[in-house]
Amino acid sequence: MATDEARATPRARRLRARAWCVGLFVLLLATVVGAATVGPVRIEPATVAAVALNALPWVDFQTPDVARTILRVVRFPRVVLAAVVGVALAGAGTVMQGLFRNPMADPSIIGVSSGAALGAVGVIVAPFAVPFGMGLHLAAFAGALAAGFGVYLIATENGHTPVATLLLAGVAVQTLLGAAVSFLLVRADDHSLREATYWLMGDLAGATWGEISAALPAVVVCVLVLVYFARDLNVLLLGEADAGALGVPVERTKRVLLAVSAVLTGAAVAVAGVVGFVGLVVPHAMRLLVGPDHRVLLPASALAGGSFLVAADTLARTLAEGLPVGIVTAFVGVPFFLYLLVNREVRSL
Amino acid sequence: MEIRNVSVRRGSETVFSNVSLSAERGELLGIVGPNGAGKTTLLRAINGTLDYEGRITVGGDEIAGMSARERSRRVATVPQETALSFDFTVREVVAMGRHPHTARFERHDADPVAAALERTDTARFADRPASAVSGGERKRVLVARALAQDAPLTLFDEPTGGLDVNHAVRALELAAELAAEGRAVVAAIHDLSLAARYCDRLVVLADGGVCASGTPPEVLTPETVRRAFDANAAVSRDPVTDSPLVTALPEASGERAGRVHVFGGGGAAVRFLYPLVSAGFDVSVGPVPEGDRDAEAADALGCETLTVPPFASPGPDDTTGTVDAADAVLLAPVEPAVADTLAGVVPRGKPTVALGEAWPMTADLPRNAAPESVIRAVATAVNGTDADGGNRGVPRPQD
Repeated sequence: MATDEARATPRARRLRARAWCVGLFVLLLATVVGAATVGPVRIEPATVAAVALNALPWVDFQTPDVARTILRVVRFPRVVLAAVVGVALAGAGTVMQGLFRNPMADPSIIGVSSGAALGAVGVIVAPFAVPFGMGLHLAAFAGALAAGFGVYLIATENGHTPVATLLLAGVAVQTLLGAAVSFLLVRADDHSLREATYWLMGDLAGATWGEISAALPAVVVCVLVLVYFARDLNVLLLGEADAGALGVPVERTKRVLLAVSAVLTGAAVAVAGVVGFVGLVVPHAMRLLVGPDHRVLLPASALAGGSFLVAADTLARTLAEGLPVGIVTAFVGVPFFLYLLVNREVRSL
Repeated sequence: MEIRNVSVRRGSETVFSNVSLSAERGELLGIVGPNGAGKTTLLRAINGTLDYEGRITVGGDEIAGMSARERSRRVATVPQETALSFDFTVREVVAMGRHPHTARFERHDADPVAAALERTDTARFADRPASAVSGGERKRVLVARALAQDAPLTLFDEPTGGLDVNHAVRALELAAELAAEGRAVVAAIHDLSLAARYCDRLVVLADGGVCASGTPPEVLTPETVRRAFDANAAVSRDPVTDSPLVTALPEASGERAGRVHVFGGGGAAVRFLYPLVSAGFDVSVGPVPEGDRDAEAADALGCETLTVPPFASPGPDDTTGTVDAADAVLLAPVEPAVADTLAGVVPRGKPTVALGEAWPMTADLPRNAAPESVIRAVATAVNGTDADGGNRGVPRPQD
């Protein structure tokens, strides 16, 4: 009997894990629909669902024209983009915390966000300084990848990339790029300064379907790749020497995870600006709920991150016209994080 | 497993070079050596997590040419410690041993994990977070993980480190069992006596290379221990298991000079021998029966030892040269019967320090005298003055 019970435990855990993922997916859909109902014009959830389902072929519900236009042009782009960005940041944050075995790690730890910031602020403040006349999104994305890759090169010696070196190189590069951004801001005129500040705080206003169609495929592919490596990431948590002895090609896995996380973060930051705390707080909270196994934690975190950012952005646009979502995530996320720190097991991580 | 001319460099520093050794299936090979000699480094070269020069083959194939997955199916490792970040349960950590045997998205086989938990006595706390168990328990979890890995070659890095006597012995029993089941087991062990007791062969790694290798009795000699560890050591036999027993001693620092001959027997001299040697005296002992505790201690300390067959009475022939060469004689506090046997060979006229009342001469010090005071008395005797109570070996008048 005892053996049966012992065998049942992992099985029960698997079922629970599946339940979490399904539940969080449903929550994400519900949050998206719920968020789309909120705004200056209140739209019934049924109408929102009907308009959304009409996007599918062979489905044709009757919907009011006004509601359809508001949803398609204004609310859906913003809500869906929030979901995509939240998924990306929370997914990348989970991987970074695992890879660095450090609860303070977040998606921007290898300088990706700072690189994106420099690219974006460069386009806003001094377009002539940005090569090839790149657009803001492209410049931000290019800056993100360049910074991440630069940090990786700095920290790599003889094909080995110690995470401690990576962490320090990341902090140093972030500081340097931050200084460059500050320099650009000091030289900026009032209008550019305002625009750049919004971008730096993370803002989803003015989201377009174009941004979604660029970011969504990249984010989905990246998250799937990360889930593919979830078990290797689990083993990596035992330390690199142990992981190597247990059959994980350590350097290669690290390289893949870093590159994919950088693309993920870069894509999110390029379309939404620097939205903080999602990638730090959501993985923490989910780890407490579903445990450390990345096969569950990673999808759970990503889905929860999507819901979180949709909710935060809805709160932002409800509270005040033009309130950047980054401010809300910080106001909601930081007290929650501190609560975890004081009351829960975060300290023992 | 075979290692040929393997060198490992860390940065510009060479940890060791040209190390060659081999381990067969069914064999427990111990790697001993001082801290920093590269025992762990060698194990990490074997399990492929460190770059090396030379050839390391397991089952005939070069380690460096294998994929991480293939390597970890052939070589299982029990590390010294593990970085257990985040709260995986013990069972999850052990299940990670199945990683190389499990395809992606496939469920790992639960039976080897359950068997490994059972065998290492970790099943009781299998569902507790691995970060919440004690250090000794965690060590066993790592052993369980390596068992779950089920590889023909198993490496143990300090399997006894941080374990209490019971678990240390059980860890090595398990290593020996694995070998007996037909695996090759290589263990880096810092406790020489435990290594000697369990390993079929030992390799001493020191000064950047292999310093000695062979069976434990061949390898564990005072000379090898001195060469490898730069430490003074006495090698004797464990009275219970009869395996070599290494007792490390501080470097002899005494500046005393002179030859001292000790008459003892039945273990009476044991507690004075090391202090005498350590003080710098050139010590000889005997005659004592073969296998006597005094003889063993003297052997272990490398003293010249005169032995007679058990139950034989020593005659003057047994002692002449050695005792004559001595500058002073110490009469250990033996039982009266032993003193009677030795009465014929104790020299007259040499500076003598007698301990206890069994000897025919006046006791200079009581039988329970502290070694320090005995050293002082012997030193005075060697220097030829009688001021400190040393006598000339003249029997006291009979009452």
